[in-house]
Amino acid sequence: MSERLHIDWTACRGRGLCTELLPEMLDLDEWGYPLPRQGLSVPRALSNPARQAVGLCPRQALRLQTEAAS
Amino acid sequence: MTMTAVGTPGLLTEHDDGPVRLSHDPRRLLILADEAGLTGRGGAGFPTYRKLAAVAAGVERPVVIGNGAEGEPASGKDRALLTRAPHLVLDGLVLAAEAVGAEKVYLYVPADIAPALRERAATRAPRVTVVEAPDTFISGEESAVISRIEGRAALPRDKRRLVVESGVRGAPTLVQNVETLAHLALLARYGPSWFRSRGTPQEPGTFLATLSGAVRAPGVYEAPYGVPLGELVNLAGGPSADLQAVLVGGYHGAWLPARAEVPVSRAGLRQYGASPGAGVVVALPASACGLVESARIAGYLARQTAGQCGPCVNGLPRLADTLIQLARRDRDTRLPGEVERLLRLVAGRGACHHPDGTVRFVRSSMATFAPEVRMHLAGYCTAEGASDV
Repeated sequence: MSERLHIDWTACRGRGLCTELLPEMLDLDEWGYPLPRQGLSVPRALSNPARQAVGLCPRQALRLQTEAAS
Repeated sequence: MTMTAVGTPGLLTEHDDGPVRLSHDPRRLLILADEAGLTGRGGAGFPTYRKLAAVAAGVERPVVIGNGAEGEPASGKDRALLTRAPHLVLDGLVLAAEAVGAEKVYLYVPADIAPALRERAATRAPRVTVVEAPDTFISGEESAVISRIEGRAALPRDKRRLVVESGVRGAPTLVQNVETLAHLALLARYGPSWFRSRGTPQEPGTFLATLSGAVRAPGVYEAPYGVPLGELVNLAGGPSADLQAVLVGGYHGAWLPARAEVPVSRAGLRQYGASPGAGVVVALPASACGLVESARIAGYLARQTAGQCGPCVNGLPRLADTLIQLARRDRDTRLPGEVERLLRLVAGRGACHHPDGTVRFVRSSMATFAPEVRMHLAGYCTAEGASDV
């Protein structure tokens, strides 16, 4: 099992916290919304900051989902 | 193999012999749908059997919704069906509801035809509640349908679970296009072998096509999957001008060259990145400019954003503006690269497939009209001198 970040685009307003906590995974697009650098699978090493990003998103627009390992 | 247009029984011509029911064993509908190889006619083409089975497997009693919203401007087939053969839609809806043991049954249709359908449902299918769909492009999107049925605005929502597992107020929910329901009604009456007698072995059955643009008799026609594009256009009276391209699958679909022999099926259209979708075919005359037409459609799609997801709200208008610059022959060689950059930026970044469908459409516009793009960047247009496009 591995983890995957889910972005609720209807809730996201581009506050940018996630891109600060997870710069390895998320870039900012020109409008301030998170832009996945390479998909949304969370590497084990980033599990903690990913959890933090989920917990601290002011719009509650982030979620961690488990996915079957590929 | 020659394929011809179908005679009777047909979706738009089937007479009303009274309600079709599978009273002894309503669940037999699942077997019929499986054996027939029926797929959804709303655009995605998902196997109907699998959807029915998934909804029926839920713990809670399911909700069934007939989706006739048809927000697509180039499509008229659901309206034609609901106007000309509402009995088939109502029968199919009740058959599906009985097959999955549904508690609530809804028919979701444009406001102007809702009263007539409400009247019809009152006598033929009293358990069906008719709900009005707003006149927007995305009102028929599955999660938007559910929001509307729940009494909220018809806007797509974030999907953490499949609608077949958790839809209307958390109940397993079947959202099925009204044409698919009509096929179920005919299937219950005539059986899977009859159904499979048209179409191809891999893609059996017929579909309703809406033909518009440069054809002599625009309208809705029934044809088997695999019908050559030329034959389909001939059902609509044939081309009214030399054609350069056709848009297949609607505004979320793809352009392909107007080649008469191309089979209109998933298999036949795959190499063009297209699929029959909900059966929309728009014929573009040789005298028109494909880029002007594409920019117009991209502008429409940008205006139809639900306004919820940042990349769609910001990206689609930028994309449309860039296409308009190309269509206007702004001689800026960076424009095609900018289109590609924006396509990558919006793809996959929304709660619904509106950005993705728009990406598919724009990408096919750039590919199909690549020679026109080069002309425009040099300040010319092949349609120049032609009348307004």
